[in-house]
Amino acid sequence: MSALLNDPDAPNRGLTSGQMAFYRFRRNPLAIIGAIIVISVILAAIFAPWLAPSPESAGSFVDFRNRHAPPSWDHPMGTDNVGRDVLSRVIYGYRVSLGLVLGVLGFAVPFGVVLGLAAGYFGGWTETLIMRFTDIMLALPPLAMALAITAVLSPNLINAMIAITLLWWTWHTRLIYRIVKAQMNEDYVEAARVAGASDVHILFRELLPNCVSAVAVKISLDAGFVILFGAALSFLGLGVQPPTPDLGTMVATGSEYMPEMWWQAVMPGLAILYAILGFNLLGDGLRDMLDVEL
Amino acid sequence: MFSYLLRRAITLLLVLLGLAILIFVIARIVPGDPARIALGPLATADQVTELRAEMGLDAAFPVQLWTYLTGLAQGDLGKSLLTSRPVMDDIRAALPATFELVLFTVVLQIVVSIPLGVMAAVYRNTWVDNVLRVVSLIGVVTPGFVLAILLQLVAAHYLGFFPVTGRLDGSIDFSADITGLLVVDGVLAGRFDVVLDAARHLFLPSIALAAAGIGQVMRITRTAMIEVAGRDFIEASRAYGIPERVVTFRYMLRVASVAPLTILGLEFASLIGNAFIVEFVFSWPGIASYGVRTILQKDLNAVIGVVLVSGLFFVVANLTIDLLLGLLDPRHRIRAARDR
Repeated sequence: MSALLNDPDAPNRGLTSGQMAFYRFRRNPLAIIGAIIVISVILAAIFAPWLAPSPESAGSFVDFRNRHAPPSWDHPMGTDNVGRDVLSRVIYGYRVSLGLVLGVLGFAVPFGVVLGLAAGYFGGWTETLIMRFTDIMLALPPLAMALAITAVLSPNLINAMIAITLLWWTWHTRLIYRIVKAQMNEDYVEAARVAGASDVHILFRELLPNCVSAVAVKISLDAGFVILFGAALSFLGLGVQPPTPDLGTMVATGSEYMPEMWWQAVMPGLAILYAILGFNLLGDGLRDMLDVEL
Repeated sequence: MFSYLLRRAITLLLVLLGLAILIFVIARIVPGDPARIALGPLATADQVTELRAEMGLDAAFPVQLWTYLTGLAQGDLGKSLLTSRPVMDDIRAALPATFELVLFTVVLQIVVSIPLGVMAAVYRNTWVDNVLRVVSLIGVVTPGFVLAILLQLVAAHYLGFFPVTGRLDGSIDFSADITGLLVVDGVLAGRFDVVLDAARHLFLPSIALAAAGIGQVMRITRTAMIEVAGRDFIEASRAYGIPERVVTFRYMLRVASVAPLTILGLEFASLIGNAFIVEFVFSWPGIASYGVRTILQKDLNAVIGVVLVSGLFFVVANLTIDLLLGLLDPRHRIRAARDR
């Protein structure tokens, strides 16, 4: 927090560190834009049935009279090869993308964090075992591995989620391990131990709170990359299967009608870009605000 | 230094062995009979039994694994069900195309990102810097396949000069059998029509592949240059009256280049993975296209082969970068030796 206190622009008289952090965040226009984008994506996913102009387009609805319609007032992003409204499918597509993010990070982050805490705190063979295994996992080419795993498990959303999760925890383990290693020399850990605190107490009540801001920043940056990764798998036909409205699948299908009916591929593509941009800007803003190094 | 190299080499072999076993186990524990999958639902039970015997699937699992690993050690990856040729031959045929794309991409990344990063640092906090910041941000957040599709669209409409599929125009009769790299072999054979055409084909796919790295490296170069600019020896060089251009490019850039080169190295290692998507979009006849095709066909021998080859590339590239950084910055060498 010392960097915050030294910021000559921050009106730090009588403000808590939280208020100062928020002040820093507000002064960063890119971070604000990121937050707005992320909130809009989340709201779109939650309220999809009410927001989508034609909710039936999310399924295997067909309307052949309206197929390949270019963007218009009725269909702001045009319609696809069977006449479904692309905007509606994009809105529902955010549900799939965010579902993937929740699924992947919901498992990978706790798992990675606990392993990182254990490796950093206990040291010895626990550390060797966990960190060597993490190193090996990090040495694998991620996309090729995910492709192979989804391929042998037969491609669908759940298996894509499993494949990405299996590769994702490593980054959190390494991050937490580094933080805990640095914290182990701090007096408060020693003090807690002298006071007779249990390992579980030190791990989760003393060390973990010091990792929270780093993990928060990492999660925000991760969310964008998970969306990218999932969309890439779907794009190759190895993730979400039709008729589920996934953005990657939509780009793949749409690209068959390029360049004349460009909107079918370009609009979902830009929608992916929009979401990734938002999480990226938000993550960068949080990083500056919370003053963490990843 | 030698013992360090040896240790790294052993780690590398262990990683590859682990990868081979992991991927083999995954491929075998999944439900479904590989022989049945290969033959499809219309095959008779006899045919399936026959193929099972041929593929060695009747043996106990440890025996299968042993046979597989010993074969692997001799460069035998088994037979592809899709092409009915040895997987090794398929990969050897496809690898040069991927290698050429990846090399071209790295050159593009270096040539574009470092000068732009330097420019952003020199003109920091001006409109030049702001424009470049937006450019690098777009590079970082645009998914490779979205960029690939946008490029195809633009190219098809406005830039007829750049082809959107394949490596070489069908009307050109040329086979690259010296290095397999069309541009290099074209130069060696004195066929400059081939060189030009191959470079035209490489242009769009390598932009799509390079963009993310360019964005990242621009950012890192800018930060590193600004950090170096504040050091005393730079002020001293200026005070001596050394021209600004020399100070920037000879003194500052040399010190500042370690961080961008590290990122370029990491990026290089992951390029073969990202190439999966770009090759797919541009119908580039490389290992990634082969990988995607075989994955969709559940051709497990080929899938294992492709993953192993890209894993090998990833691991070797990472090691090479570590060693190169050691040459560039002695502190890195010592730190690496102490860590192990």
